[in-house]
Amino acid sequence: MWGFILRRLLLGIVVLILVSVLVFLATQALPGDPARAILGRSATPQSLAAMRRQLHLDQPVFSQYWTWVTGLLHGDLGTSLEAQEPVSTLLAPKLVNSGVLVALAAVLSIPLSIAIGAWAAFKREKVFDQASSNLLLALAALPEFVVAVVLVILFATTVFHVLPAISTVPPGSRPWNNWLALVLPTVTLVIAVAPYVARIMRASMIEVLESDYVEMARLKGLPERTVLIRHALPNALGPVFQVIALNLAYLAGGIIVIEFVFNYSGIGGAVQEAVINHDLPVVQALAMLIAAVYVILNLLADVATILVTPKLRTRL
Amino acid sequence: MSQVSDPVILGSELTPPVGIRGTSLLRRSLRLWRTRIGVALVGLIVLLAIIGPYVAPYGPSTPVGAPNSTPGGKAVLGTDYLGQDVLSRVLYGGRSILVMAVIATALGLVAGAAIGLVAAYSRNALDDTLMRGMDVLMALPQILLGLVAVAIIGPKAWVIVVAIGLTTAPRIARVARGAAQPVVERDFIAASEAMGVPRWRIVSGELLPNTLGPLTVEASLRLTYSIALIAALAFLGLSPNPNGANWGTMIQQNQLVLPVQPWGAAAPIIVIALLTLGTGLIGDGIARTAAGIDRARGDE
Repeated sequence: MWGFILRRLLLGIVVLILVSVLVFLATQALPGDPARAILGRSATPQSLAAMRRQLHLDQPVFSQYWTWVTGLLHGDLGTSLEAQEPVSTLLAPKLVNSGVLVALAAVLSIPLSIAIGAWAAFKREKVFDQASSNLLLALAALPEFVVAVVLVILFATTVFHVLPAISTVPPGSRPWNNWLALVLPTVTLVIAVAPYVARIMRASMIEVLESDYVEMARLKGLPERTVLIRHALPNALGPVFQVIALNLAYLAGGIIVIEFVFNYSGIGGAVQEAVINHDLPVVQALAMLIAAVYVILNLLADVATILVTPKLRTRL
Repeated sequence: MSQVSDPVILGSELTPPVGIRGTSLLRRSLRLWRTRIGVALVGLIVLLAIIGPYVAPYGPSTPVGAPNSTPGGKAVLGTDYLGQDVLSRVLYGGRSILVMAVIATALGLVAGAAIGLVAAYSRNALDDTLMRGMDVLMALPQILLGLVAVAIIGPKAWVIVVAIGLTTAPRIARVARGAAQPVVERDFIAASEAMGVPRWRIVSGELLPNTLGPLTVEASLRLTYSIALIAALAFLGLSPNPNGANWGTMIQQNQLVLPVQPWGAAAPIIVIALLTLGTGLIGDGIARTAAGIDRARGDE
């Protein structure tokens, strides 16, 4: 089992190295002049030359990459062109804000979607199953920003006026200082994730409920509740971890749009801002950060899947 | 392995199974109500986007009244934050999203299917190399790669289409490879190889038809995502024409005036929602039909 985890870890590192090459190539070595993209058409030759020097564009491509990557590993993410501040100081508070939002959404959506999926499987083809699966299908089809703006119309601006439409976190303040403002962004994220997890949970649970050992537990005369919670549920969770990890990784992308809708001061909003301002060092840092989150979550999902699946635990 | 003298088994081993072709899968899926409703919704919105510009009461950028006026009078759905007619902008604003989403998905489908099938067929280091490359592309959320591409090259239509297409490809490639792997092991592939059929003919003539079912399911899912992504990029302020009529742009521009004039954002939201609900329903219908077919084949 340790060998397997080590292999996955190495593979994750290889993927991250390749992602860093991809991000670097995409942002710095692409045909076209990043300095001109940043400064615009009105740039003077002097300012272009200065910008090229600041971005190390006057050096060979490989040494540019090396400078950037070694900087990353030392925690030096470069300097934001827009704010003229180190990217790490700029992003640290935003990282906390986004972390709070994503953690809150995960804590709420995972048990909720597992419960919905398990109950739908238990009540297969009954009213609850059909209603929930149709509702989840519809919610899964809607883009996040559509869900977000619909929630704003329903609860903030037009139908009811109970929640704030904007969830700005002022500098120096923490997201939990204003709980009410967190409600709509969190609900949007929950709606973005829950349908997928619930669906895979339902499928996995149906398979388990049809298995022999659940039949056996029932024949022993155990109460249905015990069969469901003690015998079926833990075994149905295996495949669900993968989907949860994939969806949490998806959240890393989903927050880009959702934080923008609510003007929430997190790394998602920072991506949009950096792109609009052509702030390349910030774009690079955020892309690497989001890729790292993705790789780590996938690794954790693999490990968790092994730990909860006895068959895999012994074989590997 | 069956005895060579048995003609029936020989036949079943050497001729390709009657694959569930994409078209027959689509036709069968239309027996489900959800697919029909989906087709009706998508048809309605596509029709709206195509004939919209011809029936719009005003031009997309014509000022028709005071900014943010509520529905009534000259503007059926009111005016937006610049005093432009909301209805006219909705009628004009669908074409670019639809065209870009369809081309991007088609691009991703062709590239992804090619990569996935070649990877599955090669069964060697090429397989590993291609699929690790796909893993790298998949380590970044689609919207992030789209944003990075737009940040570097600019919000041009082809940049957005290529970025969405390229990030759709690895997801399709995974499905194509997964579906093709069991087929590669079948005897009719070995038979074709023995007969000296060129490799590209085996991939396109034998592998592809036998993976069309799963590919159709995945493609319909990906189309929904492409529409959402392209609308989301416009919503984030990145569309080929920042002031042009575009459903995503409209929602963002009129979000701040929701308390005064909700229709400026609500109208484009309704059309996008109906469109993605429609593609989602079609995708679900196809997936259910394919699953039913698979089950039926498994029981045989």
